[in-house]
Order: sequence, then structure tokens, then C-alpha cells
Amino acid sequence: MTQILMPALSPTMEEGNLAKWLVKPGDKIEPGQVIAEIETDKATMEVEAVDEGVIGELLVAEGAQGVKVNTPIATLSNGETQNASSSMEEAPRSGGGGAPSVVKKEPQEARPSRPVASPPQSALRADSSSIEEELPAGTQMIKITLRDALRDAMAEEMRRDKDVFLMGEEVAEYQGAYKVSRELLQEFGPERVVDTPITEHGFAGLGVGAAMAGLKPIVEFMTWNFAMQAIDQIINSAAKTLYMSGGQIKSSIVFRGPNGAASRVAAQHSQDYSSWYSHVPGLIVIAPYDAADAKGLLKSAIRNPNPVVFLEHEMLYGHEFQIPDVKDWLVPIGKARIRRQGADVTITAHSRMVAHAMKAAEELAKDGIDAEVIDLRTLRPLDTATIIESVKKTNRLVTVEEGWGQSGVGAEVCARVMAEAFDYLDAPPTRVHQADTPLPYAANLEALALPSVDKVIEAVKAVTYR
Amino acid sequence: MAQTAQRTNGNGVHASEASKDELLSFYRDMLLIRRFEERAGQLYGMGLIGGFCHLYIGQEAVVVGLQAALKAGDQMITGYRDHGHMLAQGMDPNAIMAELTGRRDGSSKGKGGSMHMFSIEKAFYGGHGIVGAQVSLGTGLAFANKYRKDGKVCLTFFGDGAANQGQVYESFNMAALWKLPVVYIVENNQYAMGTSIQRSSSETHLYKRGVSFNIPGEEVDGMDVLAVRDAGRRAVEFVRGGNGPILLEMKTYRYRGHSMSDPAKYRTKEEVDEVKTHRDPIDHVKKLITDAGHASEDDLKAIDREIRDIVVKSAEFAQASPEPDPSELMTDIYL
Repeated sequence: MTQILMPALSPTMEEGNLAKWLVKPGDKIEPGQVIAEIETDKATMEVEAVDEGVIGELLVAEGAQGVKVNTPIATLSNGETQNASSSMEEAPRSGGGGAPSVVKKEPQEARPSRPVASPPQSALRADSSSIEEELPAGTQMIKITLRDALRDAMAEEMRRDKDVFLMGEEVAEYQGAYKVSRELLQEFGPERVVDTPITEHGFAGLGVGAAMAGLKPIVEFMTWNFAMQAIDQIINSAAKTLYMSGGQIKSSIVFRGPNGAASRVAAQHSQDYSSWYSHVPGLIVIAPYDAADAKGLLKSAIRNPNPVVFLEHEMLYGHEFQIPDVKDWLVPIGKARIRRQGADVTITAHSRMVAHAMKAAEELAKDGIDAEVIDLRTLRPLDTATIIESVKKTNRLVTVEEGWGQSGVGAEVCARVMAEAFDYLDAPPTRVHQADTPLPYAANLEALALPSVDKVIEAVKAVTYR
Repeated sequence: MAQTAQRTNGNGVHASEASKDELLSFYRDMLLIRRFEERAGQLYGMGLIGGFCHLYIGQEAVVVGLQAALKAGDQMITGYRDHGHMLAQGMDPNAIMAELTGRRDGSSKGKGGSMHMFSIEKAFYGGHGIVGAQVSLGTGLAFANKYRKDGKVCLTFFGDGAANQGQVYESFNMAALWKLPVVYIVENNQYAMGTSIQRSSSETHLYKRGVSFNIPGEEVDGMDVLAVRDAGRRAVEFVRGGNGPILLEMKTYRYRGHSMSDPAKYRTKEEVDEVKTHRDPIDHVKKLITDAGHASEDDLKAIDREIRDIVVKSAEFAQASPEPDPSELMTDIYL
């Protein structure tokens, strides 16, 4: 003899009325047969039998109000089939029909009192062939534009691994909207350098599907502004599936393209997505400044088994930088770079803002202020240790980012510094960021809205009380 | 295969014969899904399954018939109404049920739940909670098949609701443009949550939705497992032959609400009863079996008991399995 329990018909239902019995004692019932109707404040719903058998006793009368979920409402004998057991017998019962939803909502297991917020160390791993810290003495430096450094990174990785391919709008025949994929089609052919239609949502999802099948796509967005059409696939499919599958399904994929303000292209084409993506567990977010980092980090990103958001800057594509002439140049993910040592203030920046920070530091030096500039390079996982160590030395912090301030990268850096180096601070940390407005078109307004060298200098002077 | 959309059920094309073994296997597989889903509904009612839980009851013939058209290694991907697909692909009912109860022996270690389960071994790629997202992802699986020239085909399932998402058509376009080996299956159960197809779709014959991409379409009686199998075979052969994608519209029906918390007030009880009484896919196979004298009522009862035991055991397993260890909170975020 098993018991039929008052079912919960929605996640929030705790009790209901037994409106009508459709069976009586002695009735033989089949799985799927409707045996009763139940009313809640929202709806009337049918209760279907799961087991077959013969109805024994009706324990709750028709018309009963406020019957708690999981209260036995009838008994069922096994009838002619001799099933050993029904899982109903193992049903958790809260004594006397108390609120059983407690069972569901508050599992007995203790939650970890303080979940560890730092990312797993493995995400910081770099497949190091030759990493910057180990540059042999006498290494030659060569000049290269940022765009060619990115192109070389892709070409080298495509030569190395046939599972790597590039797709996006105008990446093949046109040679890249910004010429970043120049000559890749000629070397690798149309099967590995794939021109897509203008269909960001579709090709981002297609890329993630290909990654789930084990390929290593590089998905180029003509600019990150257009990736807003695709952000669902980047976050819901690429970033979360490893977790939701209990570690089974990986997405080794790189989404890349220019991010942030170009020049006079107005609000819809000028947004910095640094903080958007760095908010999301499961993603790695990289925003390099110079060619050496761009090349070394893009190569590391392509080899990384996780989904990577790689934020480039259009205004830097044509800049020439020095890059070590090293075979298989890799830069580790998750490690900031101290670009200028200093004692008086720590300035954090990433992407193009590193240029502003460095220029500001030069100017500040003339006034006797010795700034330390940290190029964050990777925004997730953020190299907190390097920032904290620096602030403990300088006791002052200015963050610089191109995007908006609210919930921004600077806000996160400040929060971490307050949590871990509060006692070392001699001034409130200060953020330099874009004005809280869509980016205007007019040249003067655009300049007013964006961070500048002067604004960085001003912020540093404020925190150093100069 | 015609290059235009067509209807092949009802008039003209009849389902071919099936062997005794095949019919019994269909009966068994469909019954497993139905009994499993009923049990899941029961565990939900007991508070052992939380959140959203979308049952496949009524639609069993679609996935069982199509699965019969596949070769080992061919992939399946679908949306959130995924329990039937997993069972049809041969995933362990214990692990599926334990995932529903959020336990450590669940197929996603209890971290995915009803809508997010996967098995690389069984070539099942989810289990996706965002309506329509699996269509782009399935197109990507097919892209990988073509890239590797491995001859595999990906079955990409979605519902009549997802059929109105833009990325479905972005995917159709690329799949046709690049001749990707993907079979798109729209399981038209006629209600996108509470909105009937007539209220949601300007063209309700969804098999025509590929026409402007040159994707051939076919309407199939999704309550007839043999019609489904035959359409599946034709489609898989067409797609594997390098001809690009194809679209199958399976006319089917879900008996239960959209999810467990849906009172289904948007349709009449008579409408549901009509389908249950006259078009039930399991009754249909049962009749084919008994009419042909392949099995007696008693033989079928024995199968029923066997299936019931599997399902009862899965429910017991799912309740006995412990909750995930707290340390699992921070695993599987990065590799």
C-alpha cells in the first residue's frame, strides 16, 4: 500500500484545495489517468496518477481547503502488478504534513559560508613556450603594427593547429574590415578563413556550436558594438555550458575585434565593453595595449580551452610598436604588467588608456610625482595581487578606463583595493572614465566625454594632494 | 528530394513497414519516455524537482522515430524540453533523474537541472534554456562535421515557439549557403507556452519556413512513429549526401502544460482529450503490434513492468544520491 500525496503544481505552491475526486475507493487506475482536480489561487489543475493500482481510501475529502503539499490524500494498493516498491514510499515527509516545500528550498547541506571569489588557478595558466619574463639576453626587437601582430598571432596558431579557424564579416576576400586578417585567406583557404553574412547572433552561436564539437574558432566581430546582437550566445552558451554540463562541454573559442571609441563615429559605434564581459564567470577577458602583448596574449587565448573575449582597439591598429623577435611569443593570461615603476601613486589602465596613463606619468614626473603604471592586460581573471602590492607601496590609486564609471573596471579595482589594502591608503581611490552619457559626435563634446591625459593628471594630483 | 516545401503525410506517401523487433523497440522506447516523464512530474509534485520542468508527454514518437534514422556518432541538440531526447539517445535514466533532483550523480553533477544536460559519449549536446539558441549551436556542430569531413549529421530540434526567433533564420541562411549537414526539426506542438501557433505565426505551416533559403521542407505526422522514421531516413540521407540542410515539421502535441506550473487554460480539455484518445503515439504503435500479432496483451504488460522498474529505480536512485558537495560550487567554471 502506497500513499498518493498532495502534489505541488508550481514551484511556489504550498497548499491547495482538493476541488474534486474523479475516482472512488476500489477503482482501478492507470498511469496518466486523471484522479482529482486541485485548485490553487491561480488555477484549477488535474492530478494524474503515476502508478497503476487500486484506490484504497480517500484520506482527504472532496472540497477540503488548504491542503498542504505532500499531505497523503489517498492510498493505493498495488493491485494486480506486484511492483516491489514505489518511490512514493521514500517521499520526504515533514511530520504531520508541515510545509514540505522547506525540503526543497532549504537543503540540509550547509552552504559554504564564504564562497571563494577568486578564479581557479588553472585559468591563469599559460602554455608557455617562451614567455616575456624569460626573454633571453640580447633578444632583437622588431617594429610591427598592432594589426600585423594580431594577424601574425592568428597565422602562427592556424599553422600550429588545424582545428583553429577564423570566421566573421569580411575576414576573407576583403582581407578584414580593418585588414587584421590580411593574406590569411591566401594562406589557409576558404574553409579556414570564412566570410560570414552580416549575422552576428547566428555566427556567434555557430562558432560556439563548432567549439562544443571540439574545434577552436576565432570569431571576429567587425566591432564589439555589433556583438550586442550576439551577447546571448557569448554568455549563455559559451561562458556557462562548462558549468551547466558538470565539466563535460568545453568551448575553446576566441571572440575578438575592436572595442571602444574610434573617432567621431558616435554613440552606437563607440562603446567599451570591458566591464560587461569581465562581469561574467566562465569568460576570460583580455584587453591588450601594445603589439607584443596583443600577439602574445592572442596566441595564449587561442590555445586556452576556455571562451575568451579579446578586446582590441581600432585607434591602435596602425600604431607601430617594438616586439621581441622570438619564435612562438606567448604572454600569460591573468598577469598584469607594470609598465612604469613609481613610488607616489598607482595608475591602473588597459587597452588604449595605457597610452594616456604613460603620457600622464611622464608629465607628472616633471612635477616630481613618481607614478607607477599597471597595464591590467587581462580583466578576468584580474591580477589583483599585482595591484595590491603596488598600492601598498604607493598608498594611492587612480584607475583609468575608456568606458563608463558605474559598475566599471575601475569600480572593481577600487573595491578590491579597499578590501585588501584599505589600511595602506592615504587618499580615496579615484576613477577616470568616460562621462556618463552616450558618446557624442561633435569633436569638442567627444573630447569632453572621453578620458584624456589631462584628466589622468588631474586625478593623480587630487589623490597626491598637489 | 524535392527542392520545395511539401506535405507528405496523409495523402500519397504512406509509412513503410516495420519489423516486429522494430515495432517492439519503438513501443519500449516511447513508453520509457512517457513513464519517465510521469515519474518526473510526480517527483516535482513532491518538491524533489525544482525550478522549471518541461515534460515531453505526447511527443514521444518524434524523437524515437528520428533516432531510428541516425547512425552512431550523429548528434542531437534541442531546447529545454529535452528529457525524451536524452533517453532516446541512450543516456542513463538514473543520471537524468538524479540531475532533475539536483544530486551529485546527475549527468551535470546537479549543476544544470532539467534544461541543461549533455553527453559527449552519446552525442547529445543539450539541453539549452534560451529559446532558439540551440539552432545556431546545432548549425555549428554541423559546421564542425563538414570542417572535419567526418560524415556526421546533426539533428537540431526546436519548437514552434523558437521558430519565430531571428537566429533560426540566420542559421538557416548559413547552413544552406555552406551546405551544412544539419536536419532541422521543428516539433510543432501547436503552443508556444500559452500562445497558439495561429496567434504567433503569420505562416503556420512551419515546413515552409526554409523556402526563402532554398531549404526543402516536409510536414510529417509526428504522432506516427513510422512516418517520422521514414521522413527522418529521407532527410538524413539527403543531408549526409552533401545537399545541405532540410527542415522537417513534426505535427505533434504535448499533453501537459508548457512547464509544471502551467495550468494550460489556453486550450480546452476536449482538445487535449481528443488527441489523447485518437492520436496517441504509443496507442498507435501498440495497435500496430497487436494487429500484426507480434505480441499479446500479456507480452506488452511484461514490457510495461520492465519499463516501470527502470523508472522506479531511477526515481529511487535520484532520491538516494546525495546533494553535490559544497566544493562543487567553484568547479567547472574554467578548464
